[in-house]
Amino acid sequence: MKTFHLQIVTPDGEFFDGQAERVIVRTNNGDVAIMAGHSNYVAVLGVGAAVVVTENERKRAACMNGMLAVTNGEVRVIATAFEWAEQIDKERAKLALEKAEAKLANSSLSKEEHEVAELARRRAKVRLSM
Amino acid sequence: MAGVSMKAIKLRIKSMESTRQITKAMELVAASKLRSAQARAIASRPYFGALYEAMNEIYNSSPCFASPYICGPKTGKPLFIVIAGDRGLAGGYNNNVLKMAYSAIAKQEAVVLPIGKKALEFIQRRGCEILTEDYAEAGVITAEDCELLAERIAKGFLAGKFNQISLYYTNFVSMLSQAPAGMDILPIQPKADGTSRKNIIYETGSESIFNSIVPNYIGGLLYGALCESLASEQAARRTAMDAASKNADEIIEDLNLRYNRARQGAITQEITEIVAGSDQS
Repeated sequence: MKTFHLQIVTPDGEFFDGQAERVIVRTNNGDVAIMAGHSNYVAVLGVGAAVVVTENERKRAACMNGMLAVTNGEVRVIATAFEWAEQIDKERAKLALEKAEAKLANSSLSKEEHEVAELARRRAKVRLSM
Repeated sequence: MAGVSMKAIKLRIKSMESTRQITKAMELVAASKLRSAQARAIASRPYFGALYEAMNEIYNSSPCFASPYICGPKTGKPLFIVIAGDRGLAGGYNNNVLKMAYSAIAKQEAVVLPIGKKALEFIQRRGCEILTEDYAEAGVITAEDCELLAERIAKGFLAGKFNQISLYYTNFVSMLSQAPAGMDILPIQPKADGTSRKNIIYETGSESIFNSIVPNYIGGLLYGALCESLASEQAARRTAMDAASKNADEIIEDLNLRYNRARQGAITQEITEIVAGSDQS
């Protein structure tokens, strides 16, 4: 199968840099799969699972926010956090989930605080579902 | 007389030596922490660069652009984000950045978000309005924390709570030089390059994409500034502790000289007394 150059960048550094056959990410409008030869495209990523298919393996990951850009056949995923399923610290995610839920149970939160806690909860849930 | 001063000098030498041991140890610890902080700062750069590039690209692709992040609200107070360290003994590191930030904050009624224990203490002492004290420990903040924080301040900006957001941090120039720096985060001033763009499909429209990546961009900016500041702190501490160890060495040498002189003086005096005693008999 034809491959394309895929780059995954996170604040902690370049996460992946190599050839891939297909990449599936969760955008704000639902899941999108990119294959070689895609036209130029930009989308905002939500919180969800991502799949990277290379020539000899298929890897699942948790991908949190950011954007996907296809420019002249090169694909770049710029994510706030990107973690392979096997690398996820489930204990930490569980703690984060509990913390976020405890916060959400508190009704005195301001609107923004509520949204931030909700985001943290969704991230933790995706991590735990991997 | 000589005996007492000898003892006092000996004690001072001992205390100097233990001080030197501490400064030396702190220097070594800072040097090893510096290596990882520096690596983190370098690793964070491509992320921010990629987002900045994408943002400018989107901005330049649309002829008419009226994102609220660019125009900005007219209400609210300015928000200052100040990044300093958690601990002292790092030369002028904390003081330099805090002084620079305060000279800008003091001019107006502002809200401050301190990051790092020293920044929090400084701002509390000055009695400025504090947005949150959740980020009092600079050393443990992760990229995700920065993202959540960015989300929060971006929302505050849109809601008209802040009319301007500035960031004060320390730039890691080199091992020996760290410069405090200030920059405006919001409203954004993208670079217009005037070139015509290739065709790009923007899912849900270029402006909505722009607006949703701005918080990510701010998060990347904050995280990058935090990494730079942490690396600067360790470098400043290493240099300060190196200088302190050298000073301690100098003092020890000087005290040793004085100790030997006092010892010699005591011996001479004793001999003189013995000789004088034997002369009389």
